[in-house]
Amino acid sequence: MSAQFSVGDPVHVRAAYPPGHVRTPYYCRGKSGVIVRFCGEFRNPEELAYGKYEGPVSPMYRVRFQQNDLWDNYSGSPDDHVEIEIYEHWLEQVI
Amino acid sequence: MTDRRRHHDMGGLEAGPIQNSEHAHEPWEKRVDAIKALLSDDRRKLVTTDELRRSIENLGADAYERYNYYERWISAVTNILLEKDVLSVDELGKKMAEIEARQGNRAL
Repeated sequence: MSAQFSVGDPVHVRAAYPPGHVRTPYYCRGKSGVIVRFCGEFRNPEELAYGKYEGPVSPMYRVRFQQNDLWDNYSGSPDDHVEIEIYEHWLEQVI
Repeated sequence: MTDRRRHHDMGGLEAGPIQNSEHAHEPWEKRVDAIKALLSDDRRKLVTTDELRRSIENLGADAYERYNYYERWISAVTNILLEKDVLSVDELGKKMAEIEARQGNRAL
């Protein structure tokens, strides 16, 4: 599987709320950030969590979000950010 | 309609004060750690980290709040072993009753 995104690409996290084991934190869903690192390819924990160990690997990226974009009324510095590792299937291209 | 945010996914919520004091683990807690390590080793591969997390998340909000760290672990491991047919409910129930009787009804 080849990586769809490159460092510097703006991305949007899917606003999806499935049941089951999900590693994409609730607070970043529906938010936009920027790819800052390609982390490698790993099996999908959403499948591994249910004992399906042999699925395909999937690219994972580190995505940087501005804290101002994540929280209403954020009172810290406007430069504050957080980086979250997110699997490719949770990310959409920002057009 | 289910909740959009699952209970364990609490990043960003008010957490209250953090208790910084160290505490020694009870012998049973060390035992739980050892059980989990053995079930996850290369020979058995019965409980992966992803499965353990999924099982802990599925304990429900009430248990998630009330149980301490290793209570969550042993509850989650038990449920995985039941799912995988390593243990049966009946076998587990009988063994627990036997141990309780041996302990003279003291809390395990």
